[in-house]
Amino acid sequence: MSEKEKEPLLSAKNIKLFTAPLGNDNPITVQVLGICSALAVTVKLEPALVMALSVTIVVAVSNVVISAMRNYIPDRIRIIVQLVVIATMVILVDQFLKAYAFDVSKQLSVFVGLIITNCILMGRLEAFAMANKPWPSFIDGLGNGAGYGIILVVVAFFRELLGSGTVYGFPVMEKLGLYKIGYENNGMMILPPMALIAVGLIIWFQRSRNKNLVEKK
Amino acid sequence: MENLINLFIKSIFIDNMVFAFFLGMCSFLAVSKSVKTSLGLGIAVVFVLLITIPVNFLVEFYVLKKGALIWLGEEFADVDLSFLSFMIFIAVIAAIVQLVEMIIEKFSPSLYNSLGIFLPLIAVNCAILGAALFMQEREYQTLLEATVFGVGSGVGWLLAIVSIAAIREKLKYSNVPDPLKGLGITFILTGLMAIAFMGLMGFKL
Repeated sequence: MSEKEKEPLLSAKNIKLFTAPLGNDNPITVQVLGICSALAVTVKLEPALVMALSVTIVVAVSNVVISAMRNYIPDRIRIIVQLVVIATMVILVDQFLKAYAFDVSKQLSVFVGLIITNCILMGRLEAFAMANKPWPSFIDGLGNGAGYGIILVVVAFFRELLGSGTVYGFPVMEKLGLYKIGYENNGMMILPPMALIAVGLIIWFQRSRNKNLVEKK
Repeated sequence: MENLINLFIKSIFIDNMVFAFFLGMCSFLAVSKSVKTSLGLGIAVVFVLLITIPVNFLVEFYVLKKGALIWLGEEFADVDLSFLSFMIFIAVIAAIVQLVEMIIEKFSPSLYNSLGIFLPLIAVNCAILGAALFMQEREYQTLLEATVFGVGSGVGWLLAIVSIAAIREKLKYSNVPDPLKGLGITFILTGLMAIAFMGLMGFKL
């Protein structure tokens, strides 16, 4: 991407493309895309970070690829073309993780493969890459990947801190000496249902800050 | 026979796709506004799983697994194509979903219209690919076992989406805080239901 940096690449519009998904257009809490994997990999911070990074890479690259091909893809078979591009990227990421981060890859189990069916990918390809030039698509991909990552990291941070008393494997609660005064880990936080409730609370928090996002019903 | 029934019950309640693995959440959250639509989608998912899991099982067993290509000849005994499984599985699923879409359009236009965009999206419903990948990971030995697992997961998903839709229909009459309306409360509800389902986890079948 770097050799093309001649035009005003970081124009206001492009920056907005990047920042919108971080906040008011967040893929998880506003667009409701990519929930499945977001919930399952957030028990600990490490797999969450790896997952966020993998998704960001896959979204950004496949956005670019699809956007570059967008004028040549016949409309009727576009979903299959998109799936093939995504699947190729995911296979690359999966093989890479297996080679260089085997433990994390084991923890993520099927969820790396499930990046293929992560709705963020199809959603962004359909909604953005099919109608825009490669560079904005790249930024859009990065932004949405990062927006997804933020929620993942926030949820994983709280679940790991309250559930196992560690942050990125570092025993915070023990160092603070909280166990000695009777503190106990909340085992509930490690279990799957709490991920849902945590995301629900994040949505509540975000929507009470920004009234425009409240659903009218 | 007994272990097949066990497997069926296990994949419906204990390894529930939605409550234990969060698979298929996107359509789960988006379509669960009315019981009727969600029942339609649920049935479509069961149907797609019923067909895709056995097909993917055969593909896995005779093409992808290490040493699976031995029926081609001795020299293929070491070929391991399992890195291709994502792409093959998703291609099989996409093709079958296309087929199901055409069948439903032909025989039940009203269901077709109410499912709308979500029918093609079954192809990217994580529950379908997820079930295929779990089938691969857990190494089911026979075709029958894999099929039972597939249908069980589908029924579990159907159960989850219909029950959440019923709750959301009732919820229209309750006084939920504004920022929590819609998506937020659905998340929390799903969480609470998942806690309830966890009560079944201890069962050894």
